[in-house]
Amino acid sequence: MKIPDVGTTCKMNISTVTIGALKEEGGTRGRKVTIGGECTLPHLTFDGDNPHKPVIAGYVSDIVPDWPDFLQKAIGKEIHSPDEWAQKCVEDFKVDLISIKLLGGSSERANRSPEDCAKLIETLLKAVEVPLIIWGSGDMEKDRLILQECSQAARGENCLLGSATESNYMTMAAICKADKHKLISEAPVDINIGKQVNILLEDAGFNLDDVVMFQTTAALGYGFDYVYTIMERARIAGLQGDKLMARPQLCDIGEEVWRTKEATMGEDILPRWGDVKKRGPMWEAVCAQGYLQAGADLLIMAHPEAIRTVRKFIA
Amino acid sequence: MALTGMQIYKQLPRTNCKKCGFPTCMAFAMQVAAKQKAIADCPDISDEATSTLSEESSPPMRLVKLGSGTAVFETGQETVMCRHEEKFHRKCGIAIKLSSDLSDDDFIKGLEEINSRKYVRVGKEIKVELCAVEIDGVNNPSERAAIAAEKSEVPLILVGENPDAMKSAALAVKHSKPLIYRATEENLDAFIAIAKEYKLPLAISAPTLEELADFTVKAKEVGLDELLLSWKGGADPGDFVRFSTQVRRSALLHKFRPFGYPIITEFECDSQESETVLLSTAAAKYAGIVLMKGREPWALMPNLTIIQDVFTDPQVPNTVEAKLYEIGNPDENSPVFYTTNFSLTYFSVAGEVERSKIPAYISVVDTEGLGVLNSWAGDKISAEKVIQALKDQNVAEKVNHRKLIIPGLLPVFRAEIEDQSEWKEVIIGPETAKEIPSFMNKIWGK
Ligand code: SF4
Repeated sequence: MKIPDVGTTCKMNISTVTIGALKEEGGTRGRKVTIGGECTLPHLTFDGDNPHKPVIAGYVSDIVPDWPDFLQKAIGKEIHSPDEWAQKCVEDFKVDLISIKLLGGSSERANRSPEDCAKLIETLLKAVEVPLIIWGSGDMEKDRLILQECSQAARGENCLLGSATESNYMTMAAICKADKHKLISEAPVDINIGKQVNILLEDAGFNLDDVVMFQTTAALGYGFDYVYTIMERARIAGLQGDKLMARPQLCDIGEEVWRTKEATMGEDILPRWGDVKKRGPMWEAVCAQGYLQAGADLLIMAHPEAIRTVRKFIA
Repeated sequence: MALTGMQIYKQLPRTNCKKCGFPTCMAFAMQVAAKQKAIADCPDISDEATSTLSEESSPPMRLVKLGSGTAVFETGQETVMCRHEEKFHRKCGIAIKLSSDLSDDDFIKGLEEINSRKYVRVGKEIKVELCAVEIDGVNNPSERAAIAAEKSEVPLILVGENPDAMKSAALAVKHSKPLIYRATEENLDAFIAIAKEYKLPLAISAPTLEELADFTVKAKEVGLDELLLSWKGGADPGDFVRFSTQVRRSALLHKFRPFGYPIITEFECDSQESETVLLSTAAAKYAGIVLMKGREPWALMPNLTIIQDVFTDPQVPNTVEAKLYEIGNPDENSPVFYTTNFSLTYFSVAGEVERSKIPAYISVVDTEGLGVLNSWAGDKISAEKVIQALKDQNVAEKVNHRKLIIPGLLPVFRAEIEDQSEWKEVIIGPETAKEIPSFMNKIWGK
């Protein structure tokens, strides 16, 4: 029997963003990462072929995050040294790029100076050949200085910097333009603010083709449904011709999942929930796989087993 | 599905004979569309037109009910492609599969295990909804099915492709209305006959989508309408998503009846980790039932949770009861927070307070399910309302201090609360929940 032809065509493709610059392009990266360019939701080849597969960035931070022992052990002793941690992510966990969070820059933690943060970026750029995503410390005041220093230290490397919000977009746009980096536009689980930040960036003269959207990630079980739907709506709006939303999307899975009780606490706290050493990475993997279906292009992940399982189904 | 005046008009004799009491067929059609008149009020309408209209007015995807008595599971009758368009109506059900190579003792243990897989998460029950019993390869199919029907607290799926085994199993437990899983190209006629004879729902598979349409039409012709579309595949989530999206678009957007049934799916993969991740794809992308081979709770829980999340109604604010919550074992010296009754806000705050390992009280104020900033913008929260909630919840009696931690996103309430209530020491908390542990350690630790 003849069945309906259900294929649809998009009005606009999602923009394509390349992160990292090779030697001949003014950087020192050994390889680059390209995301975006979609013409349909994931897997729907009867609508068209999406040109780039989603990528996974390995979670690295300058101080050891407040993570359960089993996760720290799974990563290994390298977790204590950001450059070795990054190398292990690339060589053993096979990630496509590295996301570095400069948590220690926060005045509430190690209060590391912007110069020290920038030195770490230089070290990382030498330690790995993959592109970098660079985040501040979460301390708004300090991050302006930290990101400025780090941006300069990585000048020409075409990194992805995080992040521009409604309150700091001017500074971030200026920094990324000056040093030729790509920029993350961030919104707090609110599709209208997500659009607004992009409008502001465009008004500030920033080219939206250099933007990756971040709607803030919610862990599985903690508002996953809200973010899933925001990402899906943003993607559909983009494909239907809303150029403010036609941008690749990022999910910070590791950060959120590893602060939930479900991923970190054993059967003493969650009786009959199964071995947390297995449950934790599966919590991260299922959360990541879920967001991929909503149109995520770039996942930041931490547990090697979660990375391995999700990567297997991207390939 | 409400019919439009136009759809009805097309089926009328269009003679404007006025026997119905209306000047034209069109006027009558509008009355029927508005449910003021019944189609039968036109004396000249043909039987064929009546059946076309009843077909057109039925939902584009069939509802299928499995089980009987208290053990029932419903799937289907979905209406949208994306949850924001309305909602996903019926939660995807996880069926744990008990393989035929289990000994009778292990089989019974498996049934008991499935019965016990019930949990409460964010105040709601989540559980394994179905028990799938593999029939092919067991010595006595009817006995195995009968044991399952007797012991299982959830509806059954009989898994097999051999007609003789399926027939004896189905006969043994037909009263509990199991799903027959599954008809294939090879056994189609025999399986349709079994489903028809015992009035049971049937899952149908086919090598191609075109043949699948042929097969469901064939089943429909003999009167079977409680069908599921079966997809079983290897380790590519894309294959499944293409299948599920194609049949769902056909049914919902093209009103293609042969695909107007829910989906049941099963992955053949190398490890329980892989199965876990693949099942989550199916659960998010339109599967009505997923069969799971792995039985470990660490694999089950993330999937029960993603189902709970995806099938949340996006139009109904998710709320928690407005009352005083105790995290850990707080005493008279413990800190007091207030937050909104938007469940996402509450559970984030509660989770982070728990992480800080400092026991605390959280007073939840009724903001009609809006988060901190939205409730402020929508006039659903005020200093007065916070003070009243603290009073109603007798919070002051629980502690011997008068320090109140308020959300950092709404610092403006500080002065008013201090002026108008006994809470004389208002502390402005962090703007986001994840900063709570470091904040707590700073202001309350040591
Ligand atoms: S009775 Fe039937 S055919 Fe005659 S006008 Fe009414 S609707 Fe038309």
